[in-house]
Amino acid sequence: MTVRVTRATARRVLEQLRRDRRSLALIVIVPPALLALLRFILDAERPAFQRVAVPLVGMFPLIIMFLITSITMLRERTSGTLERLMSLPLAKLDLIAGYAVAFAFVAAVQTCVTSAVAFGLLGVTVHGSAALVVALAVTNALLGVALGLFLSAFATSEFQAVQFMPAVLLPQILLSGLFVPHDRMPHALRIVADALPLPYAFDALARVATGDEGTRLHLDVAVVLGTILVAVALGATTLRRRTP
Amino acid sequence: MSETGPAIVVSGLRVIRGDRLVLRDVDCTIEAGLVTGLLGPSGCGKTTLMRAVVGVQRVAGGAIHIFAVPAGTPELRRRVGYMTQAPSVYGDLTVVENLRYFARVMDRRDRVRDVIELVGLGEYEHSLVRDLSGGERSRASLAVALLGEPDLLVLDEPTVGLDPLLRRELWATFHRLADAGTTLLVSTHVMDEAERCDRLLLMREGNMLAEGTPAELRARTAAPTLEAAFVALTEPR
Repeated sequence: MTVRVTRATARRVLEQLRRDRRSLALIVIVPPALLALLRFILDAERPAFQRVAVPLVGMFPLIIMFLITSITMLRERTSGTLERLMSLPLAKLDLIAGYAVAFAFVAAVQTCVTSAVAFGLLGVTVHGSAALVVALAVTNALLGVALGLFLSAFATSEFQAVQFMPAVLLPQILLSGLFVPHDRMPHALRIVADALPLPYAFDALARVATGDEGTRLHLDVAVVLGTILVAVALGATTLRRRTP
Repeated sequence: MSETGPAIVVSGLRVIRGDRLVLRDVDCTIEAGLVTGLLGPSGCGKTTLMRAVVGVQRVAGGAIHIFAVPAGTPELRRRVGYMTQAPSVYGDLTVVENLRYFARVMDRRDRVRDVIELVGLGEYEHSLVRDLSGGERSRASLAVALLGEPDLLVLDEPTVGLDPLLRRELWATFHRLADAGTTLLVSTHVMDEAERCDRLLLMREGNMLAEGTPAELRARTAAPTLEAAFVALTEPR
C-alpha cells in the first residue's frame, strides 16, 4: 500500500462530491431535520425520543455512506474507470482506503452538525462522552462504506444498488430496537439480532447515551470493527483485475 | 526503427465469454516500435484480444507474453497504457482533475501538461468531462493512457467521433511515439487509418485471418485497394 495513492483517491472522491452541491446539502441537512421531526412526533413521549435519539445520530452516517459508496462503486465498475485503475500500478486496498478516508471525513462533518442540533437544540442528553458518539458515528460510516463496497458487486444497476438499503440495512435497524427494545422482542428475533452487526452498532450508541461504558460496550465496538475488516476483505475480492 | 524482438506474442489464445467462444486459438506476433492495426468486423473479438493483452480479460487457454513477460504481471502495469473503447474518465471532474488523479496514482505528475498538449485539449482543460463532446472525451481518455510514457500502448478505436483533421494529427502523434520506440496496437475500422499502419492484423469471428503490411495484404489478394483486399479476406468462403 502507498499513502500517495490513498491520498490521491480520497482527494479525487472529495472533488467529485464537492461538485455535487445538492448531495452535500442533503447529507448535512437531512439527518438533523429527521431528528427534529421525530422530536415533535414524540413530543408527548420524551423518554422514547431520548432512547432512540443518540443511536439515530450515530446510525445516519452508516445508512448514507452505504448508499453513496454502493452507487459510486457501481459507477466505477460500469464507467470503465475501475478497469482502468485495475490496469495501473495501484493496490486494491489503496483504492478502498481512499474511499474510506474521504467518506469518513464527510461522516465526521455530518455527525458534528447532527450532534450540535441534537444536543444543543433538541435537548437530547448524553450521560457518556459526546465525543465518543461522534467517534462511533464515524466508525459506523466506515461500516457503511465497507458493506456498500462489498454489496455493490452484486448490483448491476443503480436501481438495484439503492434497493439494498431497505433489503439489507433496514431489517437490521428494526431488529436493533428502534421501535421495541431488544430485550422485549421474541426470543427467536433476539437470536437473529445477535447474529447481525448493526444491532451491536446501535447498542454501543445506546450505552454511551445512558453512560453505561462497560465491557458490553467494548464487545459492541469489537464486533463493529471486526465486521468492517471482514467486509473490506470481501469487498477487495470483488475488485478483480481480470473480468469475464 | 529499432527492432528488439517482438513486443507481444500471442499463442493459442482462447477466450470464452458466457457460453460464446470469442477467441478461438488465436496466434499472432506484434513487433516492437511499430504501429500495428487490428481490424475486423464488429464483434470479431478485437476488444477481447486487447483486453487480454492488457491483462484484464479472464482467458480460458493459451498464453500472451508482453516483452517476454506473461500479460497481467504486476511489473507490466507501468509499461502498458490502455485506452478502452468507451472513455473511462470521471465525468464529474475536469480534464485536468482527471489527469492529476491518474498521474498521482502513477506518480507521474510531471506529465500532466505534456499529455494535455499531446491530445490538444489545452483550451478545455478546466471543462467538466461530461460537458465535452464525444471526441473530446475520448481524447481525455487517450491522455490518461499516455501519462505513464508506456512502452506499449493499446488503443481501442481511439479516433471514433473525431474530425478528419484531428484524426490525422493523432495518427501523426502515434507515429512519432513509434519512432521514439513505443509499440502501438490500435484497433480501427476506418480504411484510411489501416493504410497508415506499419502492420495489420485482420480478424473474423474470433480467428486471426491474416497478418502483414498493407502492401503485402493487397498483393496477397491481388486487390487494387486495401478495402477490396479486406472484403476478399473476410468474405465467408
